[in-house]
Amino acid sequence: MTVSVDTERTIRLTVNGVPREATVPVRRLLSDALRHDLGLTGTHVGCEHGVCGACTVLVDGAPVRSCLLLAVQVDGAEVRTVEGLARDDGRGGQVLHPVQEAFRECHALQCGFCTPGFLVTIAAGLEGREASAELTDEEIDEMVGGNLCRCTGYASIEKAVRHAAATMRDVQ
Amino acid sequence: MTTKLFGEPVRRREDARLITGRGRYLDDIGPGALAAAFVRSPHAHARIADIDVDAALDVEGLVAIYTYEDLTGPMAEPLPVLIPHPQLHAPRTGYPLANGEVNHVGEPVVMVVAIDRYVAEDAAERILVGYEELPAVIGVDAASAATAAVHGDVPDNVAARHHQETGDVEPALAASPHTLSFTQYIERSAGMPMEGRGVHARWDADDGSLRVYTSTQASTSVRAAIAAKLELSLDEVEVVAPDVGGGFGVKIMHPWPEELLVPMAAIALGAEVKWAEDRREHFISSAHERQQKQEITVGFDDEGRLTALDAHIWHDNGAYTPYGIIVPIITATQLVGPYVIPVYRVVVESVYTNTVIVTPYRGAGRPQGCFAMERTMDRIADALGLDRAVVRERNLIQPDQFPYDHHLTFQDGRPVVYDSGDYPGLLEKLKALVGWDGVDALRDDAEARGKLLGVGMALYVEGTGPGPYEGGHVQVLGSGKVLVSTGLTTQGQGHETSFAQIVASELGVPIEDVEVTTGDTRRFPYAVGTFASRAAVMSGNAIALAARGVREKALRIAADVLEADPEDLEISDGVVQVRGTPGASIPLRTVAVLSNPLRYAFDEAAKQATQFAVQAKDDEPPVSPGDAPGLEHRDYYSPIRSTFASGAHAAIVEIDPATWEIDVVKYAVVHDCGNVVNPMIVEGQVHGGVAQGVGGALYERMAYDSDGQLQNASFMDFLMPYASEVPDVVIDHQQTPSPLNPLGIKGAGEAGVIPGSAALASAIEDAVGRRITSMPISPTELYDLVRDPSAERTAVAERRAGTGAMA
Repeated sequence: MTVSVDTERTIRLTVNGVPREATVPVRRLLSDALRHDLGLTGTHVGCEHGVCGACTVLVDGAPVRSCLLLAVQVDGAEVRTVEGLARDDGRGGQVLHPVQEAFRECHALQCGFCTPGFLVTIAAGLEGREASAELTDEEIDEMVGGNLCRCTGYASIEKAVRHAAATMRDVQ
Repeated sequence: MTTKLFGEPVRRREDARLITGRGRYLDDIGPGALAAAFVRSPHAHARIADIDVDAALDVEGLVAIYTYEDLTGPMAEPLPVLIPHPQLHAPRTGYPLANGEVNHVGEPVVMVVAIDRYVAEDAAERILVGYEELPAVIGVDAASAATAAVHGDVPDNVAARHHQETGDVEPALAASPHTLSFTQYIERSAGMPMEGRGVHARWDADDGSLRVYTSTQASTSVRAAIAAKLELSLDEVEVVAPDVGGGFGVKIMHPWPEELLVPMAAIALGAEVKWAEDRREHFISSAHERQQKQEITVGFDDEGRLTALDAHIWHDNGAYTPYGIIVPIITATQLVGPYVIPVYRVVVESVYTNTVIVTPYRGAGRPQGCFAMERTMDRIADALGLDRAVVRERNLIQPDQFPYDHHLTFQDGRPVVYDSGDYPGLLEKLKALVGWDGVDALRDDAEARGKLLGVGMALYVEGTGPGPYEGGHVQVLGSGKVLVSTGLTTQGQGHETSFAQIVASELGVPIEDVEVTTGDTRRFPYAVGTFASRAAVMSGNAIALAARGVREKALRIAADVLEADPEDLEISDGVVQVRGTPGASIPLRTVAVLSNPLRYAFDEAAKQATQFAVQAKDDEPPVSPGDAPGLEHRDYYSPIRSTFASGAHAAIVEIDPATWEIDVVKYAVVHDCGNVVNPMIVEGQVHGGVAQGVGGALYERMAYDSDGQLQNASFMDFLMPYASEVPDVVIDHQQTPSPLNPLGIKGAGEAGVIPGSAALASAIEDAVGRRITSMPISPTELYDLVRDPSAERTAVAERRAGTGAMA
């Protein structure tokens, strides 16, 4: 008996604003498809069972664990990864997202492996709220509480959320 | 030294790539590489009867299958005992692939290489390994009972009996006004970095060279091990640690089987091969640490002053001893903490169990030693009815007693001589920070709310920055760029930033011009590794010395050009100038160009150094005897012994007697690591360490069942703290510089984790009035303890009950 690899499907999706196409085995995880088929290695895989959150990406604006989705499930969707948080400044450079700036300013990362998952989760959280509203501790818990970090002890990440929210309020 | 950047909270330079997804971790390398997967033992202890790979051979995309039978030469021999020790009388190590016997669940038996990881796993699951099960030895008690043996030729399961003593402990105990004896346990946890291990290897058959990327804390030693095991010349092997997603000790262990097997396959197949560990593999095949049973007898006088201490410890070293007895030695020698102990004896029996190997996890035996010593202090206080802080205070080494010799031998084979410290200062700051003297009011307030409140503290001394050495290389290019390299590796500690701060300060250049490379054997081939809070101390000082060498040479060359005395020159902002004489200056980048006499002008700047441009002295060679072309310097720092950092933690816990949930309402840290290169980074290390300390005290344990199956080998079941589990931490600093090194620094990496279990056990005991003898402790275990009529009540609880202060 010959054991063959699974059947494949071609999927079309928008990743960080760019239309992409990939032919992937049906069993391929979205995390693996992003990293290995589309070359977007900023999304990291920490546990492969949806607990650590390192692989979090935004699918149609909502944070999801890309290790718990099959790539074929996002056919037609809009995906945003850590590589898509900064925006072009129109002069060939990039303007960092406020949460990226805040992570650097507040020393909210050490090894940086979990960082992409935190960044996209927090970015979605901050973009999805009224920027002028006072940021509550409950909101911070919601944005930070679902991801694991082994380096920082989280205090600096919570501080970075406050910092980013303040920036987004000021530029409003 | 200018102190412009040394000591400043400079924002990290590595962050720019890491926050934009441009980091380069192991699994980001070699997208087209073949993938390896492993068949691992499902049994804790078994003989391998046969291996049937037939069903795997039909898997489309399979490339190769390796078993022990395919290993040849040194690869077929046992893995190295990395750190031999005379007291490690029965060292045992495994093989890269199991040779007839497996000794823990997760031990690699077969390696499969295929076109991708999915296919490799397809093939791996079709391989049938026949096992004959043997009795499994799980936990220190089973190991020391020795009704079964892990290794047939080590019937008592004892790998090593580590023994140190500073005097005759038995008569000292007999003469003591009071003695106490007790037994306690501390459980296994693990470093559990967010990125597991991983290896990528590429063989260039044309020039016969191997490049290996590995997620390691010790690239130079991995290189040497690969060369030895694969019978390659050292110059044929390069090892690079790329961005590493956390280490915490597990990646200082080496060579892991995969670090040898993946390069072996790459050479055999003439192809890139990669293996990235998955999380379950990490739980069952990468190292754990911490489990010990401790029997302690202490003698003390009426004032609570120690007269003698006798510690007998059983240390679970897992299935093999590749890392020697480093963890037992550290427990034995760091147990003494900041205290004067007139007579001390310690015996650590390092015992085999059929579980994952035990090698250093952040703290590396220190949390256990601290747990032993600090819980002893609590017991003495309880027995005498004294304040726990007072008992500690009476036993502290005083600031005028440094250097303080404990008459013990540390993990580096050097004496345990504390270099500097101010332990009473730590204690005083800690009491103020946590509000030690006001806790009774908090206790009453909590009681009014139906909660049990307790406070605990723990002090520690941490030997940091052990040798033998590290090196640093600093080179100024004609562009003005300053290249810095050191051989040790980085796993998130921000070395690119702190080492750049050191060079910018020493050399007088803008930090933007400094580029730091760590853990790349192509750039710096001599190194030891990143462990034991040693990177800043060892490489920091080596790099400082290298920068000073560059500075000296730059001043010498500039003095010639400027016709000045080197003594009158200074370097600031990348320009060498005559002090107090504006205009009499030369950019450092020009000095770099002039340092290398040239024949050929390959660019504009180089013209200045060519043979017809330079005013040469006809009777001297262009490069003077003893000199060398280029503005660069390599230097090494090799200390006579470790530096000793110190600290004190206190925790206030509130316990809900309905759920027995333990809420850490305040966690206070006073920390002393000498001079600080970057306070932001040090504070980050403390926070991260405390989170691991709290995790290890309240949540994390490796739950092996009696068959040696790890019952919680996933992040769903192994309770690593999320933000909701980590308390707010308040930090105060003290700085007693080390007299041992040029920068006066001590290590900071591990400190935060060390006293967690001791301080929290003390606080929980204070809250519930029952003796806490085992950590970690869960709400369920706490509930069972307080419901157990045989559980020992503390004397202070009895006294409070007598006064009605506590139910």
